[in-house]
Amino acid sequence: MTGAVIEIQGLTKRFGRTTAVDDLTFRVEPGVVTGFLGPNGAGKTTTLRALLGLVRATSGTASFDGRSYTELGDPLRTVGTALEAASFHPGRSGRDHLRVAAAAAGIPTGRADEVIEWVGLGSAARRRVGGYSLGMRQRLGLAFALLGDPGVLVLDEPINGLDPEGIRWIRGFLRSLAAEGRTVLVSSHLLSEVQQTVDRVVIISRGRLVYQGTLDGLESGPGRVRVDAADRAALADAVTAAGGSIELAHDGLHVSGLDAEAVGRAALAAGVVLSLLVPEKEGLEDVFLELVGEGGIR
Amino acid sequence: MLRSIRSEALKVVTTRAWWILAIVLFGYIALFAGGMAALFGTISDQADALGPGSSIPPLVYSFATSVGYVFPLLFGALATTTEFRHQTLTPTFLATPRRGEVLGSKVIVGAAWGAIFGVVGIVATVGVGGLILALVGVDPLLDSTDTWALLGRMVLAMALWGVIGVGLGVLVPNQVASIVIVLAFTQFVEPTLRIAAAFWEWSAEVGRFLPGAASDALVGSSFFTSLSAGGGANLLEWWQGGLVLAGYAVVFIVSGALTTWRRDVT
Ligand SMILES: Nc1ncnc2c1ncn2[C@@H]1O[C@H](COP(=O)(O)OP(=O)(O)OP(=O)(O)O)[C@@H](O)[C@H]1O
Ligand SMILES: [Mg+2]
Repeated sequence: MTGAVIEIQGLTKRFGRTTAVDDLTFRVEPGVVTGFLGPNGAGKTTTLRALLGLVRATSGTASFDGRSYTELGDPLRTVGTALEAASFHPGRSGRDHLRVAAAAAGIPTGRADEVIEWVGLGSAARRRVGGYSLGMRQRLGLAFALLGDPGVLVLDEPINGLDPEGIRWIRGFLRSLAAEGRTVLVSSHLLSEVQQTVDRVVIISRGRLVYQGTLDGLESGPGRVRVDAADRAALADAVTAAGGSIELAHDGLHVSGLDAEAVGRAALAAGVVLSLLVPEKEGLEDVFLELVGEGGIR
Repeated sequence: MLRSIRSEALKVVTTRAWWILAIVLFGYIALFAGGMAALFGTISDQADALGPGSSIPPLVYSFATSVGYVFPLLFGALATTTEFRHQTLTPTFLATPRRGEVLGSKVIVGAAWGAIFGVVGIVATVGVGGLILALVGVDPLLDSTDTWALLGRMVLAMALWGVIGVGLGVLVPNQVASIVIVLAFTQFVEPTLRIAAAFWEWSAEVGRFLPGAASDALVGSSFFTSLSAGGGANLLEWWQGGLVLAGYAVVFIVSGALTTWRRDVT
């Protein structure tokens, strides 16, 4: 199976005076899990809703292999969707919710029973959704996405509200879906939440693209060296003399401007015995925060 | 389109609203029709007082629409507003992105359930009302083709009310507001207007086009019109009444389709 390529081109959406999405352009390829990241209010949900034809873009286009969602002949069989705060009629059972969608898409009822079993809701399938917990609703939303066995999955914050077992399950599940050649787009406001799952990321802030590419590419921030010694004062003198700058922390001295070897050399020359010398890459989360730094809720 | 209609019908039968409404409709109408049948039946000597040419069985039977029309109306309005209220338009439009198709299916399902309510109402009026008429010695006229034509027009009227409800729900997506409008209009505003309209010639002309009056015209017999001055003389022809009622449905549906139905779903 090969999923469609998602293409967002020059997408802008304004709600009155708020510009929720601002000239956004990115591509999502099949075969990998792509994370769609940004802080609260960055415009992730709005972008996804525009992609799915639920929100009319102010300008720009969003398509699956060149076709807009409303042009897809069999939408649920092409694109599976679980949107944030999945919406269900509280008086309808989980199974009936899926049956209603299956009827609209010409999918046999047996498939509804199958996916509800997959997501672990088998025993609650005939209970009213009004009595479901947040995690159960999240699972039902996922079952809805899987209903048509689609080549593309668009999931808005699917990990929200899941228990640790559920999180582990969904991570493995997303990876296996991508390995089958499907296109998987997963939004989150936490990089750490999807870090182990995604291969590529699209990061937005205030409706604008700030990064698109691999996670490794994101990591190449300027590094620093963590170093420590019994005689911290002598170590600090030696490092500053060699041109490094120092920040004192609970777990040692954080040196920037020098690499690990240069720090070791300076200590050796000054005769300071090191108890610790660790080259550190800047944390992913730090890079992420730096990128979206000026973001925040509008 | 067929898939979408099936999905809409499934939405109705997988929630409780419709049969709760059907049960209340049955009980309410049976009580009304039974009570009135007993009353009219025992005073049938003075039946002429109800207006020239009026006979008791059609009056009793038509309670299913003259009183019961609020049920398909409420049903239709609930069927649409519930999608806005619980944000189920998201999965609905994801499964069927062509929104006009969804609305068309809602209209068809609204009409179908309106007709079902019509049948339920008829079972109540003819079953209970007719039985009581027979018991007190009035011919329930069940072998008359006129009676059956009346019942057919009643089903048609109820189907149209179901569609009007769907249209109202699209036009006023706020569920509480929609329910308040339905109840206030049917229980207070329109009855008052119809009584007031009967006072002057010109207003009576206009009053014939009120939806409830049009509905009574379509059915061709109604307790209320029999009581008001001039009886049924003020009503439109039955087919005109049907067209006026259908006109309301079209106006509501189309104006809703052009406004709230096109909005962003967020
Ligand atoms: N229907 C709406 N009307 C007005 N403004 C809206 C509407 N929907 C979203 N917005 C605004 O658009 C911006 C982007 O919102 P959006 O829900 O897309 O963010 P998000 O990235 O999904 O955030 P979160 O992580 O909190 O889910 C916000 O400023 C929000 O207030
Ligand atoms: Mg969101």
